[in-house]
This record gives sequence, C-alpha cells and structure tokens, in this order.
Amino acid sequence: MTGALVIFFALAALAVLGAISLIVQRHPIHSALSLIVVMVALAGLYLLMGAEFVAAVQIIVYGGAIMVLFIFVIMLLNAGEEERTNFSRLATFAGVPLALAVTGLIGAGIARSSASLPAPEPGGVLTSTRTLSTLLFSEFVYPFELTSFLILVAILGAIVLAQREN
Amino acid sequence: MVPTNYYLILSAILFGLGTVAFVFKRNIITIFMAIELMLNAVNLAFVAFSQSLGKPDGEVFVLFVIVVAAAEAAVGLGIIILTARTRRSLNVERVDLLKL
Amino acid sequence: MSDFLTQYAYLIIPIIKVLILVVIVLTVDAYLTWIERKLIAHIQARWGPHRVGPHGLLQPLADGLKFIFKEDPLPSHVDKVTYFLAPFLALMLALTSLGVIPFGPQRFKVFGYETGIAIADVNISLLVLFAITALAVYGVALAGWASNSKYSLLGGLRSSAQMISYELALTLSVVGVLLLAGTFSLRDIIEHQDNGNLGLLGWNIFGFSKDGAGFTQVIGFLCFYIAAIAETNRIPFDLAEAESELVAGFHTEYASMKFAMFFIAEYTSMITISCLATILFFGGWLSPFPASWTFTYYVPSVVLIPLGLWVIFDGLRYETLLGRVVLPGVGTVLAVIGVALIVFPPVNDAIQGVFWFLAKVFTFLFIYVWMRGTLPRFRYDQLMSFGWKFLLPVSIANVVLTSAVVLWRMH
Repeated sequence: MTGALVIFFALAALAVLGAISLIVQRHPIHSALSLIVVMVALAGLYLLMGAEFVAAVQIIVYGGAIMVLFIFVIMLLNAGEEERTNFSRLATFAGVPLALAVTGLIGAGIARSSASLPAPEPGGVLTSTRTLSTLLFSEFVYPFELTSFLILVAILGAIVLAQREN
Repeated sequence: MVPTNYYLILSAILFGLGTVAFVFKRNIITIFMAIELMLNAVNLAFVAFSQSLGKPDGEVFVLFVIVVAAAEAAVGLGIIILTARTRRSLNVERVDLLKL
Repeated sequence: MSDFLTQYAYLIIPIIKVLILVVIVLTVDAYLTWIERKLIAHIQARWGPHRVGPHGLLQPLADGLKFIFKEDPLPSHVDKVTYFLAPFLALMLALTSLGVIPFGPQRFKVFGYETGIAIADVNISLLVLFAITALAVYGVALAGWASNSKYSLLGGLRSSAQMISYELALTLSVVGVLLLAGTFSLRDIIEHQDNGNLGLLGWNIFGFSKDGAGFTQVIGFLCFYIAAIAETNRIPFDLAEAESELVAGFHTEYASMKFAMFFIAEYTSMITISCLATILFFGGWLSPFPASWTFTYYVPSVVLIPLGLWVIFDGLRYETLLGRVVLPGVGTVLAVIGVALIVFPPVNDAIQGVFWFLAKVFTFLFIYVWMRGTLPRFRYDQLMSFGWKFLLPVSIANVVLTSAVVLWRMH
C-alpha cells in the first residue's frame, strides 16, 4: 500500500461521497457544496496524476467561477427545499438498483479490458504548462479560436437572457 | 503508482451517480449540477488516458471541455432564471406545457 | 528513535513548520490590529489604544480574551451547516495560502531532509495562490446567505460580486511577471530578479536586467495592488462590510469567535497579498543594494541597535511593572541581537534575506493601513464600473505590451 494508493483512495472516497451527497441532499445549496467537494477532490486526483495545470484550472474555473455562478443563481432565485413527489414508486424501487447495475456493467467492462491499454500506470510524468501551451497554440489553434468565439456568444446570450423586461 | 483502471472505474462510478441525480431530482438547478458532475467524470477519464499514453493531447481537450462547460452553465442558468421568473417555480415537473 | 525521525522526516518537518508559521502569523495578525488602530488614530489626530499596557501594546491580548469569554450565540433561523462552514472556510483558505510563500533563500538539512523556509515549495505556487483566492469568494457568499437576514444577504452578494470581478484583473496583472520569469514558482521568480550588481534596479518593478530582457512592470504592480485591495475587501473597496452602510454586511449575524475567524482571515489575506506583492514585483528577499556593497550587510544591526536602545529608554519612563521591567528587557534583547549580528557573520548572512523580506512586507502593510485612514470609500456602482471598465482593460494592455516587448527583444 504505497503512499500514492492511499492518497488515491482517500480522494476517490471523498469524490464518491460528494456525489452521493449531491443526490441525497434536499436543498440545492447543499448539493452545490457537495459538487464543490467533488471538484476539489478531482483536482487532487489530477495533481496525483501529474497534470498540474489542469488541476489549477479545475479549481480556478470550475470551483471558483462556475460553481460561484450556481450559488449566486440559487441565492437569487431563493430556491427552497425540494418538494416531496409521489409520481412514480416504480422509479424509486427499480431505478436505483438498475442504475447501480449499469454502472457495475461499465466498471466491469473497463476492468476486464485492462490488457489492451498500452501503459497501465499514469503518474510521474509532470506535464509542464509549456508543453500544453505549445500544443494549444500550434496543433489546436483552430478549436482554441472557436472556443473563444463560443465564449463571446455565451456572454452575449447570458446578458440578453438575464435582462429585466423594460 | 496507481493503475489507470482505478481512475477509469472511479470515472464510471461518478458518471453513474451523475445519471442517477439527473433522473431522480426535481429541481432544475440540481439537474444542471448533475450534468456538470458527468462532465467532470469524463474529464477524469481524459486526463487518465492522457497520462497513461504519455501524450498531453488529452489535457488540452480537458481545457476545452471546461471552457464549453462554463459557456453552457452561463447560458443555461440564464434560461433557468427566465423560466423561474415566468413560471414562479423551480420544479421541473411544472415545466411540462408549452404555454403557461 | 532517530531512525524513525529520518524515515518520516518528510512528514514531521513540514508539520513542525506549519505549527511555527501558524503561531507566528496569528501573533502578527493580533499586533497588526494594534498597528492599524494606532496608525489610524494618529492620522486622525487622536491617541488610539494607550491604556492597556504601555503604548496600548496589550490591547490585542485584551481583545482576544474578550472574544474567548463572550457568548457565541447560534441564531435559530440560520442554516446550521453553512453557518458553521463559512467562517471555517474563510480562515482555512487564508491560512493555507501562506503555505506556499517562500520567506527566505536558505536551504538547510534536518535529519537528512533538505528543505527551505517555505512549507511547500512547489513549482506551481503562483497557481495555487490563484486557486485559493478564487475559492475565497465562498466564505463571504455562504456567510451572507446562511445568516438568513436581508442585510447579510445583500452584503454577501455585493461583496462576492466585487471579489469575482477584481479576481480577473488580479490574475491578469501578474501575467507580465510570468512572461518575464517563465515559471510559476515563486522562488524562481525571485531568483530571476536577482541580477547581481543591479540590486534595486533588477526588481520587476524597474525591470532592468543584465541581458536586457526585462521590462518595467509598474502598470502590472498598480493593477495588482488595487485589485488586491478590492479582493481583501479593504477601504476604499469595503462597501459590503462598511459599518455605516449595511450594519455590518455579511458578518452581521456572527458574534464572538466566528466573527474573530472572519477578522483573522481578513488580516491574514492582507499579509498574503503583501508577501505576494513583494515577491512578484519588489524582489522578495533580495537586498535593494548591489551585492558588491558588502557594508550594507550591517543594515539589520544598524536598525536593531538604536531601536533596542530607544525601547529601553522609553520603558524606563513608566511606573508600572510592565513598563519598567518588560520593555527594557525587550529593548535589551533587540540591542543584543543587533550586536550579535555584527560579531557573528554567519548568523548575519543567514538573517539578510528574511530581514529584507519582512521589511518590504511591513511597508506594504503600512500602505494598506495608511489607505484605510486616508481615503473615502467607493460607491458600489463606481466600484464595479472601475473594475470592469478600467482595471481589466489596463491589465490586458499590460499583458499585450509586455509580450510585445519580450518578443521584440527575443529577435
């Protein structure tokens, strides 16, 4: 049980607990806080794998901007606790075991196909920001420009949508 | 070191939990958060493969996924604010008719 | 026993460093409140705290005791989980950001484990600091929401909107420094500013360097400092927690110990921003004098010995025990340290970097407090339009200008 495995299991348990808490909590703010815990745990996992820039971007953009946006909207709309719904008993009794079965199927498929992966162990290769940026501006410059255009469109759309009617 | 399988199984579990949350929750904003959880699970798979194969292409793609998720969150939350204003409820079961 | 220590030194040494740093930072926080109250008082032509101990020096101790003994109420209408989480989150993030700051250049070996004076000297320390600044919004936003009261919610929303607006200008204004240094590691950024005999001029704020590849970062520094004051919610940007505006803003419903946690978090983030400003733009632990002027190695002694003598003579004026005995004792210790630095050169060499670092950090803290005593506060719409319409374009212009100069010099 090396140190890396211990850290991996701790962070993975934290991520799974956060995801379960997202489902179980009744108030949307508590679900948002659980999602923030999941994102920070995933950032820790990225660091463990050696992707340091992606880990920092995950916390800064996802955890520090997108989730803040979610929390602002929940506060602004004054979202309360979820109402109890009794629309479908079948969904509760058959749905959760089925979801677990599908997840188990995917997981078993992945575990079984481990022989076809070229190198079984990640980590130890520290991807520097220089490598990423060289790639981003040489091979991926067209998607890069397209995503900046996408952000511009999203900004315009969000401003128009959230305007008050005059 | 940690085998790649472990990361992929964790990604599958998180994706499954995101799907469960997407199907079972009633609040629009919580459903949106479940979509973000699924995107995060996919990001984890991308980075795991990128490190295992030794090429940084996967991590560049993760940056693109994060950017697209941000744009989608902005526009989606704008739509949610409008819907909540007109229908005065965040319950997704009440948004089932084209006319109010 | 020493075998166990050698094997687990990589765990034990950082824990000891964390304990030492937390004790030092909390003491500095407490005396920072004393400095602030005294300085603002003298700017406003009054005395400030001068009764509790000589020169009011025991005032922070009295405040701390008050916080401990005061009743810590839990209002019934709050959301309990978030109410407890918010101050804890604010304090935890503020203290964690001090972990990646390098305080001095020394490297020493303890039990075979080589380490420096930073707790975690990683090579993405600047990115870690940005990540923690990005997460700091949650402390304020959640505190405002959890209190379940109109003043708190408004204050919390306004304050967090202000923080995320100025965060963009903060991170962009540092990109110029990153372009010049080529690395995210704070230690390497300081090493890059170490230009031998240029001393003061080699720092990023002036930007001269031996191979001519530097560029002055004055615009970057001004944008950074202004954005940082807005991030830490200090005057002139503290509308969200101003006493006369919104009762007390997002921490209205918080009493003794939880309020103290917000308070300490604010002062600790002030200290972090001051450390960051010295490291990025003012050379960190580098001396402003060129390295060939070796007589400047005695500047710490020249500062400490007169300071010690003045404290001794000041203490003898008092009639109380504390003034008559403790103050001259403190003064004697300072003077002895000053003399010891002259007599033992190895200790003097070791203390140089930390001395200059602390001197610069205290200068920035002094400017922070000076601004609080002098400037009026911004109105909220002025604040937001300043952040988005002026500071952000100027930061982007700085990035474009610096990258153009770097590209031109590379040819």
